[in-house]
Amino acid sequence: MTISFDELNNMQLDVLKEIGNIGAGNAVTSLAKMIDKRVDMAVPKARILGFDKVSQILGGEEMLVVGILLNVSGDITGSIMFILDINAARQLVNILFGNKEATSLDFDELELSALKEIGNILTASYLSALAGLTNLRIMPSVPELAIDMAGAILSVPAIEFGKVGDSVLYIETEFSEGITKVFGDFLLIPDVDSYEVLLKALGVIE
Amino acid sequence: MDIEIVKVGMADLNSANHPCMITTLGLGSCVGVALYDSQTKVIGLAHVMLPSSEQAKNRSNIAKFADTAIVKLVDDMVKLGAKKERIVAKLAGGAQMFVFSQGSDLMRIGYRNVVASKEKLQELKIPIVSEDTGGNYGRTIELYSNDGRLMIKTIGFGVKQL
Repeated sequence: MTISFDELNNMQLDVLKEIGNIGAGNAVTSLAKMIDKRVDMAVPKARILGFDKVSQILGGEEMLVVGILLNVSGDITGSIMFILDINAARQLVNILFGNKEATSLDFDELELSALKEIGNILTASYLSALAGLTNLRIMPSVPELAIDMAGAILSVPAIEFGKVGDSVLYIETEFSEGITKVFGDFLLIPDVDSYEVLLKALGVIE
Repeated sequence: MDIEIVKVGMADLNSANHPCMITTLGLGSCVGVALYDSQTKVIGLAHVMLPSSEQAKNRSNIAKFADTAIVKLVDDMVKLGAKKERIVAKLAGGAQMFVFSQGSDLMRIGYRNVVASKEKLQELKIPIVSEDTGGNYGRTIELYSNDGRLMIKTIGFGVKQL
């Protein structure tokens, strides 16, 4: 049996969305610890979008974005991506370095590795929420980062989703520190064979 | 004269008569297959995501796969008056956006898309006159019907013309 996100019913979708909520909640808590400041989060939105609409994520195919990708191994395999607008990445780095007021969209080595680390922490807390709920062993790899057009970065998860269906599942998060708001999206990308394992562990399929 | 601008999305294809420009934005590991018939000036562009429909479980979108998309694109162009024997191809995209030390399958998909597109074109006896593939960056491409030129725009890697 092969399952894709195209065919899920509302109940199954709700379960995936709920994981998104818990995962993103965990992620924000970790971020708050990392920067030692209070971080607030709006309720994350989980969405299923067709490829034709993928570019709407983050405002168009040519928008400059930062993508952080980790491979996932263990009981399920695949990858997870955290993607955010370049301006949001700058804000996040500024917050991390103690309310720096830089505006440059070029990041130096230190800032890039800080961004990777943020991606690492956010995705790892998302995955640990998922592992906790499902009792599955899920281990992330070291993060890789790319800065390029949104369409090009999103082609990586879209291709993986494309193997089973015509849509992607992503979780939109919005967090804020003080008056600074940062938007970012998570994309959990199970390998073809892992959908069933994941949905079974969640109890949404027999 | 204003020319018509046609957009091609991800896993999508389109063809048009002269005068026209067909574009696809932000190609990453996907491949843009640009076809051109210099006599009728009919052009076509496919934004291919995956190499082959053969192992796919869901083949409803034929524009998604290199093998089926190219065949459909040629058919569409012939319907618009192009002659298959005159069609030439230009390729762009197929980048590797993320580099992992343990090279997994996921990471080589761009290269495999390029290879599959070339194989299909060769099978259909459509010559590939130029290509700008590989690398680790995204590309926006524009195909023009008046001379079949393919403009390639990148962030940080300049503009190229094929």
